[in-house]
Amino acid sequence: MGNRHFNVRTLPGFGFVALLTFFLLYLPICMLVIYAFNSGDSIVQWEGFSLRWFETALNNEAVQEAAGRSVLIAVIAATGATICATMAALATTRVRPYPGLAFKYAVINQPLMVPEIVTAVALLIVFSKIKVWTGYSGLTYLVLAHTAFCIPFAYLPIRARLETMDSGLEAAAADLYATPWKAFRLITLPLLRPGIIAGFMLAFVISLDDVVITEFVKSGGQETLPTYMLGQLRRSITPEINAIATVFLAFSVLIVTAFFFTSRKKSE
Amino acid sequence: MTTKTDATNTTNTLPAYQKREALNRWLLSLPALSIIMLAAIGPLLIMLMYSFMVKGDYGGVKLWEFSFDGWMNVFLQRDIFDDTLGFADAHLTIFWRSLKLSILTTLTALAFGFPTAYFIATRPKHTREIWVFLITIPFWANLLIRTFAIQEVIRNEGIINNTLLAVGIIDSPIQMLYTDGAILFGMVYVYLPLMVLPLYASMEKLDFRLVEAGYDLYATRWKVLKRIILPMVKPGMIAGCILVFIPSLGAYVTPRLLGGGKNMMLGNLIESQFGAGRNWPLGSAISITLMLVVMFALLFYVRNVTRSGAGHG
Amino acid sequence: MTKCKLLTAAVALALSAGMSTAQAEGELNIFNWGDYTSPEMIKKFEEAYDVKVTITDYDSNDTALTKIKAGGHGFDMVVPSANYVPIFVKEGLLLEARPDQMENFKNVDEQWIDVAWDKGRKYTIPWLWGMVGIVVDTSKYKGDINTAAIFLDPPEELIGKINVAPEKNDVLYTTIRYLGGEWCTDDKVFLKKVRDKLVEAKPKWIAMDYGTIEKFASRDYAAAYYWNGAAMRSRQKNSDVRFGYPKDGFPFFMDSLAILKDAKNVDNAKLFMNFVMEPENAAMVSEFAKYSNGIKGSGEFMSEELKTAPELTVPDEFKKAGGFLDSCSPEISDLYTRIWTDINK
Repeated sequence: MGNRHFNVRTLPGFGFVALLTFFLLYLPICMLVIYAFNSGDSIVQWEGFSLRWFETALNNEAVQEAAGRSVLIAVIAATGATICATMAALATTRVRPYPGLAFKYAVINQPLMVPEIVTAVALLIVFSKIKVWTGYSGLTYLVLAHTAFCIPFAYLPIRARLETMDSGLEAAAADLYATPWKAFRLITLPLLRPGIIAGFMLAFVISLDDVVITEFVKSGGQETLPTYMLGQLRRSITPEINAIATVFLAFSVLIVTAFFFTSRKKSE
Repeated sequence: MTTKTDATNTTNTLPAYQKREALNRWLLSLPALSIIMLAAIGPLLIMLMYSFMVKGDYGGVKLWEFSFDGWMNVFLQRDIFDDTLGFADAHLTIFWRSLKLSILTTLTALAFGFPTAYFIATRPKHTREIWVFLITIPFWANLLIRTFAIQEVIRNEGIINNTLLAVGIIDSPIQMLYTDGAILFGMVYVYLPLMVLPLYASMEKLDFRLVEAGYDLYATRWKVLKRIILPMVKPGMIAGCILVFIPSLGAYVTPRLLGGGKNMMLGNLIESQFGAGRNWPLGSAISITLMLVVMFALLFYVRNVTRSGAGHG
Repeated sequence: MTKCKLLTAAVALALSAGMSTAQAEGELNIFNWGDYTSPEMIKKFEEAYDVKVTITDYDSNDTALTKIKAGGHGFDMVVPSANYVPIFVKEGLLLEARPDQMENFKNVDEQWIDVAWDKGRKYTIPWLWGMVGIVVDTSKYKGDINTAAIFLDPPEELIGKINVAPEKNDVLYTTIRYLGGEWCTDDKVFLKKVRDKLVEAKPKWIAMDYGTIEKFASRDYAAAYYWNGAAMRSRQKNSDVRFGYPKDGFPFFMDSLAILKDAKNVDNAKLFMNFVMEPENAAMVSEFAKYSNGIKGSGEFMSEELKTAPELTVPDEFKKAGGFLDSCSPEISDLYTRIWTDINK
């Protein structure tokens, strides 16, 4: 119907706000990265360019161990949470209300609703008893705790995605004699992908950032990066932390670039 | 064994079929439910028990000695100096302050997050996920260090003030750090991905043919937004709001670092009960009250959304 | 599916990371304040005794107390502050390690032996000590800095630029003594004055936060009520900074090293305790954390900057004014907490 003089997809002002948001988001990050190269030992006073903090971080075993542990826990917890959340979302979305639906919904989102300190102390009490009883004090407690509170963060984006999906496609697949598993794998899952990725990313950064629950549940020698930094907070923060953060950021940029190239290949 | 019900199909529901449906749904939700029961709800029940006990002298509780003090002190307290019973207005002030901040944060996050998510969802297909990653990359850096970075940007000799001074717009630095605005900025900064990602997830599937149809019918952009786009992305919006509002109620690190820590937030109040305040029953009671309030709001949402949104045909 | 392989590898790693393998002769698990243990000293100890040491951090006495009380923590040693040591002892959490019978005990400075929280040092040894006092950027204010009035009745020039450490006990202690009272008093009429004074003063402060050193460097703060070690570090970044001792009264703090009753490596812990009482090693602790230690003769091994820092030595005239925070009874503690919440609301 006639020539439109505007693109259907754009809305006025939205592009500007979006780019402004990105700018404001990255401004502190840029400052962060810049100060990682500070030759002085302040995170606010620039004294010159130097790589010494990267050197310090490289020589600091404690912080490397903590960082590695953070990532490990985050990967496992986010993966576990996303899988559980996807399954749970499938069971609770696009269905007529059935007995137990409200209950499930409340349970799944419960970790969101309680202040972390409460969960932290409660977990401390429970896990301590188990630790005394079994003598095992490995990372499993932390992974379990992280997975639990990551589930609602993964669940909500996946559910949001699922709700806007047209179930007619799966019905069509069924009509064409596809087994439910096949329909799921070839139709639902690919369509759900943006939601799952969103959920996984969210769960990952949430786990990476957690400090309160980890602080209470950790056993001897199980520092994570946030708890290590919390310990530093009272005393003084040096650009060493900036250096570590910069490494993390560089790492994540690498992943994004790799992803970009692999998805490029797929679409060609 | 199908795993989804087609809500519009009501003609061939045999009882056995329905039972299998229900069983499948329970099996699917089992992993999520059991992990949470084990590592979140179970321990919470213990805290609930603790809220009914007498507080220990040095933290903890005197096990099996019961009392309603914990719960009573949430709402009523004896005045510190003259022992008269009155409303715990310290708690109310703190609760109200946190509530205001959370609502503001959610609305601001929505205001910035909606266009951002929309922008990402309308990028060319193969670059979309890159943009999603771009939103989350800042969050690979730790929360504490990010907040310090914000401090660095807004303080009196920070880059914003320095730029404004250099350009000549202002004569002396604007005090931005330790203001309420700083706290809001920090909170939105922290919670933005939780708003953007669910929004994106539901916007990405937006059927632009419907939007186009709207324009074909001579609707204005505003009308198209209001009547076509918004209803379709409602689930994402609600998910985003939940993910921002609820955790932000218990936030205290960011408000403290950017607001100066002079005013307690709900999170501080609760945390102090488990720390120097040595009043675990009170801490538990406040938290559970908070949780109940939030849970009822959520259940309300479930009832409404699933009733109207079951199965798009 | 490389994702699957990666996942299984990650899970395997995680499980194995949980089982600790002691390749050294022994182990030692220390639970200490964050950023408070010299890695150099730990390395020296590890090599001398073939022991693998892990350090786990905490950021408050209460977190430490809660975790230790819950049990199953796996730590051997902890470093509580003075007013918490009696609590740890009362709750039966500390081992009566008898450091006073150890070989290096003769190095402990006499003034730190018969302390109120551990007479005769049956449980603990001094780790580090210091005080909370007034820190002022003298380019902004030229008057007398040896008084708590700096943050309780601030002079014109400093209003709106003061930071007060968010430490309930330290702030209340100084305010109580400033107004002429005694710590652990239960005089409610007097305490009302204390509360009112703090409520009145709070709007004149800019913040109640940690991380003061950078803010003095960037001149965001002009004054603070804060720890002496941090004041010294602030002076190194901003040469106008001076440390003042509130003449009406200010708190000392001392963190002491103790062995936990349910420690698994008691022998190694005792070795470590003895090791720390060696002047050379105590000096390393001080160098790292920038506070004074309680061991005689360690001064020889410390750097010039620490030896001559005015913040680390109390001038004679103010020695009487300093006091340690006794642990008050639970009821008083409770009362003080409520006052603190009231001030902060």
